[in-house]
Amino acid sequence: MSQLSLTMAVVLVLAAAILVVGMARKIWLYAVTPAPLRIPTTPAPFTRTGAAFRVGREVMLFESLFKADKLLWVFSVLFHLGLLLVLVRHLRYFLPHAPEALVLIQPFGKLGGIAMVVGLLGLLARRVILPRIRYITSATDIGTLLLLIAIGASGLTMTYFIHTDIMGLKAFLASIPQFDLQPIPDDAPLVTHLLLVAGLLMITPFSKLLHMAGVFFSPTRNQCDDARTRRHVAPWARPYDQQR
Amino acid sequence: MADFEVPPLADDIDTAAPPALAPNAMAHLKTFPAAPAHNEALGFPGQLVENWQERAIEKMGELLEKYRSLRVYLDSCVKCGACADKCHYFLGTGDPKNMPVARQDLLRSVYRYYFTPAGKLLGRLAGARKLTEAVLQEWYTYYHQCSQCRRCSVFCPYGIDTAEISMAAREIMDHIGLGQKYSNEIIGKVHKIGNNLGLPEPALANTLEGLEEDVLDATGVNVKFPLNVKGAEVLLVTPSADFFAEPHVDGLIGYAKVFHQAGVSWTLSSHASEAANFAMFIGSYDQMHKVANRIRQAAIDLGVKRIVFGECGHAWRVAYSFLNTLAGPWDFLDPRYPRPQHILEFTHDLMMRGGIRFDKDANAGMVVTMHDSCNVARASGMGDRPGGQFVIPREVIKACVPKFVDMHPDTIHEKTFCCGGGGGLLTDDLMELRVKGAKPRMDALKQVVERDGVTNMVAICAICKSQFTKVMPKYGFDMGMVTSLHQLVSRAIRLGPGA
Repeated sequence: MSQLSLTMAVVLVLAAAILVVGMARKIWLYAVTPAPLRIPTTPAPFTRTGAAFRVGREVMLFESLFKADKLLWVFSVLFHLGLLLVLVRHLRYFLPHAPEALVLIQPFGKLGGIAMVVGLLGLLARRVILPRIRYITSATDIGTLLLLIAIGASGLTMTYFIHTDIMGLKAFLASIPQFDLQPIPDDAPLVTHLLLVAGLLMITPFSKLLHMAGVFFSPTRNQCDDARTRRHVAPWARPYDQQR
Repeated sequence: MADFEVPPLADDIDTAAPPALAPNAMAHLKTFPAAPAHNEALGFPGQLVENWQERAIEKMGELLEKYRSLRVYLDSCVKCGACADKCHYFLGTGDPKNMPVARQDLLRSVYRYYFTPAGKLLGRLAGARKLTEAVLQEWYTYYHQCSQCRRCSVFCPYGIDTAEISMAAREIMDHIGLGQKYSNEIIGKVHKIGNNLGLPEPALANTLEGLEEDVLDATGVNVKFPLNVKGAEVLLVTPSADFFAEPHVDGLIGYAKVFHQAGVSWTLSSHASEAANFAMFIGSYDQMHKVANRIRQAAIDLGVKRIVFGECGHAWRVAYSFLNTLAGPWDFLDPRYPRPQHILEFTHDLMMRGGIRFDKDANAGMVVTMHDSCNVARASGMGDRPGGQFVIPREVIKACVPKFVDMHPDTIHEKTFCCGGGGGLLTDDLMELRVKGAKPRMDALKQVVERDGVTNMVAICAICKSQFTKVMPKYGFDMGMVTSLHQLVSRAIRLGPGA
């Protein structure tokens, strides 16, 4: 077993652990922090089901963003939808036997990779070109985009130019939980790709990538408009009722 | 007051571009800080405390534990800029710190420095900053250039609401002794006298008597303006500006005529002679609770069966979205009307049932448009379905006037622009901001004035009415264009038996 295989296995496991523990901690914090007053942006649905659909539309269609800025919406959808297709496509590297459907979507997954990078380049261009967006952009905003672009580019390189030993990779990944490490294919695009992905996973709970959890906990979107009929006294606000 | 230029209105609102960035264009404009007495009356330190930095961070930590909105919103922003050109203060001033995202970042940067590993580790690279004197001054300046109108939150893909951030910032500043004069002084008056204007009971009684005489002279009908009448059916809670300011008072006369014609007994309360709850503007749950419970107390003391709110934007937000939580339950009210209502719900319901009728000729020659007040449009509702806050006022207006037109679709309903004076900024020391912040609304008004010959703009908020009356002349509009909705009702309603 090579030094490289061991290092990569450790990095990947560590990255996954940081992602899971970090996100779980944040989600826990969001969930237990009270929302003492109803603040949905109105008009809002009157029922919880309605509010759930509203959040669903934000997550899947980027409804509010569409109202705000059509070009930004296009770049964002290209990136996020592309990323989703890419992630689904990548499942076959983790599953011992890829189901039929997963095989069928492979071409879309490849298109997704291209869409993702195009979207990211659009997002980067906005940050450089538009004065308003340049003003609010910090080093980490550019860094996150470059990281994602590098991940996409290294992945596309393997898809279209320098193919890696995919069966070897699969064997390596499958061997990690067995504690019987198989060698990782020793080629630069793959190792680069995996290291960048590990980096992305590690920064997620500590960066603006937290929006992927935040969007589900945003009170202006996930609350229904029911304050007129239901009281919502937060635990810390209960003593106030006794004061009057 | 420093001189400033009134921004020119857009020739074509559809093609108008957002302003070029003018860094620090509004950095000079700081609202007056509160005097020690005004802070202390609300339980805040009189002036900036010795260890303010430590205390501010401590307070921020406390708020992060109390408010999910703050915690989620400080983490979630991706700096996409969807909100950047949506704020009326940015559109009117070009100051980049008036872009919602940049305004939030003033607080977010400090959050990152003290509360996140990335900020502790990377500092400036991750947009993190220490809370210094300069940062505090920036907070004070720019969190008092936000009217908490929530237009940005409509467009944010995560629903991030800058109002929540600016309320938290003001709450922190109050707790280290850096309060704002306008809001804190007013909240003090509410506690002491019962209303924002400091109008004591005898003066109020006198004013109401005068109104009775005026209406009798004008219509020959004996419309009452009762005060502190025990056992009345309805308690009317209305902004105190309705007692004498123009055009507010014409709205109050309208409410009285509606009650009169409905044959419903009603009363005002001197204890709760104010619908406004400025404690919302400073983000203080404690103060908001105290101010809200005056109304509960007045309703119980007078033994009323219903509570009705007059035309006031943020008061209606508190009444609709917060009052049940702060001052409910309303189990002592008439089970048919088990919650505080808006005067427009009352009037609209009566109109639909044929209990009141209107004569449009009384408003002949008027072409009317409506300014949706931000707190009614985006932070509350009316009636029994979502969006009722847009439909109900328009239906009442249309019943009262010969012609109604809406302004540009990007400037009405939930996309409405703030008048420029909300959120505790309706003070002369911020006049430059108020004038510039009104520009987007004035652009839209200009379009319908030129295209449709609009003569009147209706508002259903005391702050909107006061703000527009003051700033519209700067843009060449007659301040008489600003109209209370119930002013139209007042003119059109048929009074007397068999009407």
